[in-house]
Amino acid sequence: MTLKNHYLLISFGILALIGGFAPLFAESYFISLCTLVLIYAIFAMSIDILAGYAGRTSLCHGAIFGSAAYMAMYYVTIFGGSPAWAFVFGILMAIAISLIFGVLAVRASGVYFLLLTLALGMIVWGICQRWTSVTGGENGLRGNIRPEWLADPNHFYYFVLCIFILAAFMMWRFVSSPFGLGLKGIRESESRMRSLGYNTTLHLIMAFVVSGIGAGLAGILYAFFNSFISPSSVSLTQSVKGLLMVIVGGVGTLFGSFVGAGVLIALENLVSSFTQRWSFVMGLTFVVTMILLPSGIVGRLLATKRS
Amino acid sequence: MSFFLFQLINSLTFAALLFLVASGFTLIFGLMRIVNLAHGALYLLGGYIAYAAIHLTGNFFLGIVCAVAILAIFGIFEQYLLKFARGVDLRQVLITLGLAVMINDLCLVIFGGETLSIPVPELFKNSLEVFDFTYPKYRLFVLFVGASVFVFLTLLMDKTKLGALIRAGVDDRETIEALGVDISRIFLITFMIGMALVAIAGALGGAFLSLYPTADSEILVFSLAIVIIGGRGSLLGAAVGSIVVSMLSTFGQVWFPELSYFVIFGPMALLLAFRPNGLFGRPI
Repeated sequence: MTLKNHYLLISFGILALIGGFAPLFAESYFISLCTLVLIYAIFAMSIDILAGYAGRTSLCHGAIFGSAAYMAMYYVTIFGGSPAWAFVFGILMAIAISLIFGVLAVRASGVYFLLLTLALGMIVWGICQRWTSVTGGENGLRGNIRPEWLADPNHFYYFVLCIFILAAFMMWRFVSSPFGLGLKGIRESESRMRSLGYNTTLHLIMAFVVSGIGAGLAGILYAFFNSFISPSSVSLTQSVKGLLMVIVGGVGTLFGSFVGAGVLIALENLVSSFTQRWSFVMGLTFVVTMILLPSGIVGRLLATKRS
Repeated sequence: MSFFLFQLINSLTFAALLFLVASGFTLIFGLMRIVNLAHGALYLLGGYIAYAAIHLTGNFFLGIVCAVAILAIFGIFEQYLLKFARGVDLRQVLITLGLAVMINDLCLVIFGGETLSIPVPELFKNSLEVFDFTYPKYRLFVLFVGASVFVFLTLLMDKTKLGALIRAGVDDRETIEALGVDISRIFLITFMIGMALVAIAGALGGAFLSLYPTADSEILVFSLAIVIIGGRGSLLGAAVGSIVVSMLSTFGQVWFPELSYFVIFGPMALLLAFRPNGLFGRPI
């Protein structure tokens, strides 16, 4: 146990060092990649809360991510509000959407849950695509919504890093709290938890909303980062990407989502420098991972250490 | 009145097309407990194959045959791939999801991002005129195909041994396995039936809805909605669901053009609240 803790501490330390001092030595391209990894890590961790701890694999988190991003973008560029309030409204949007989705979807589990969340997420995508007067349709929304003090990429990187650490800590506290243990119980046997007196539906809805807040937070940061949002950021591909990060890293290990985000973003950039067929490679990675490494990188490492 | 009638027949023909996609989808879901998320992408692929074959041979029906043959072979391949994750439904579904992403990108590489339309065969080019009401023959042909497939599948399921085995598999997979039935062969046959149907749908849909890169997601959402409304593994459910979804979408497009997608959401949500297994589905 102590050995494992040592490894964890050392790897966290190295990561923190790299993360903290990256802007001092790296070029700006690398910094923007790191920023993207952190944003997607928040996104993937939020999916892992449901997939890993509640046993509910969701395919609608791309939609929550995207609608929060749209909200933030719309509020600043079209409504003319301030970026700080855009943050608040983006989060409120994520809460609202995930509350609706949660209420509709949590009664199902397994494949049915996947299917429901997929359909729900697609509806958001359809709205973004067709409701041109608000969302700009295919053209999306464009505009630099970062406030003055975050204009510098390095400052923005540190800002995202702080939020990432905060979010990661809170999500870790969340899953290791009694509430999180309750979620694990529901994952193992919902009927037993119910007979123990837990209101499993309410429990799952709350977990869904917490997870949605994470996805929304990532979405808002993405809107700040990218200055552009289009229906493709809301699409199924986005959810698939997030889920793939979780699976590659290891379902049920929050840290794995971070690793998965790093691996996938690195892979995306590597592949994109050779060919335009990133989404083909992503699909292939998905199939190969599901067949060869279903427990993910971190999951596999933990399993070998235990045995 | 004539406008309303026109839209009504429009939605019925669209329902026939949706039924072709959703019937295979729901049978696979019912029997194998997995959703084939590649179904939308395969619809698009089937359409594109038919488009290419029709361009080469000039014969509409030969194009459909080509699409059916190639997708049926793909069905064998996909079934083989799914065996790697046998017993873990979620992993199997995620494999089909990965395949969907791959097929979609492949279609984009080969056929480009432009909208392609399959030419309607000479036989059905003009319109049918009854009194003062005219309607394109081709769409009536699609309606006819959908209805015949419904009759054919119903007979297959109710009157043949294969149908009995599939129904038994939907109800209780473990028991018929224990009775000595080779379930993986039935999986394969069901899968190939589903593939053949989705290929036909792609070819027929390519002529009246046209083929474009996001068509796969639209068809997939419609099929999901149909299965959620109709219930897992039920042909009648798929038929009723197709009609409900296509009516909602057709009239939604007329009345709320920007939110037409949203309109199928309402009944779906209601059904989920009161009948989580759909109209004709049984609990898993």
